[in-house]
Amino acid sequence: MSAVPKPREQLRMMIVDDSNVMRRRIERSQQNDRLEVVGTAVNGVDAVAKFKQLMPDVMTLDLTMPEMDGIECVEHIIKIKPDVLILVVSALADKATAVEAIEKGANGFLCKPFTDDQLNEALAELIGE
Amino acid sequence: MLDAEEVRTFVNGTVHFFETATGHAATVGSPYLCIDKAAVVQDYTGVIGISGNREGKVYFTAPRGMLSVMLMCMNETDTGEQNVRDLVGEVANTISGNARRDFGRNFVISTPTICDRANAAQAAATTGRSFIIPINWRSYSANVVVCLQ
Repeated sequence: MSAVPKPREQLRMMIVDDSNVMRRRIERSQQNDRLEVVGTAVNGVDAVAKFKQLMPDVMTLDLTMPEMDGIECVEHIIKIKPDVLILVVSALADKATAVEAIEKGANGFLCKPFTDDQLNEALAELIGE
Repeated sequence: MLDAEEVRTFVNGTVHFFETATGHAATVGSPYLCIDKAAVVQDYTGVIGISGNREGKVYFTAPRGMLSVMLMCMNETDTGEQNVRDLVGEVANTISGNARRDFGRNFVISTPTICDRANAAQAAATTGRSFIIPINWRSYSANVVVCLQ
């Protein structure tokens, strides 16, 4: 008898970027049927506050933001929920910044500008597909 | 002041941005040196302050029509004032941020200041020589202006 496939887990996603255009772009372009966008935030302070309410499983996170930048935000978020999956989506294209984000607890890095395919590939890799 | 190799960083970054973000390639005119301290500004301008191992500013200035069409090419249906202002800052931020690949992480960029034509002159004023990079995209023309010490 063949095994019954295990239903794929649905994941709640939050988008953090100070740019409204980028938040809407990510929400519109992401095609993964396991991901449901449950909230957005406009800077690190807003992200931490909304994260505590929404407790998402996945987060896309810009780095250069007012109030609290993305690197500091990662440190706060990881303390609240250590197993959250964080994809940093940033224009900061140097390798050292990507390494720092990963060392702080992020799980992936996507450089702006990006195509829809690049975004979806990065999200799929993030959630292990 | 920038050397030719450093100017190429911004030219390549600009070409990459338009092709990737909008799906339509831009052509870049020959960069030229501007010694007139009056700012070159169009309808909307996104200004990025640069600090760290370089000091100065980078800005992207474009006509409203170009920004609206760019939004449409990005499948954005809302081409209102907020998104137009937001986009001009995002372009400046992305071109500046990508330059860190060549300049290193001590090339520190600020969050963008967004100006319309009426108040851009002061925010975009430069204290030294600037390189103006003309950008032609579809039927529109814009500029990336780089002023670094």
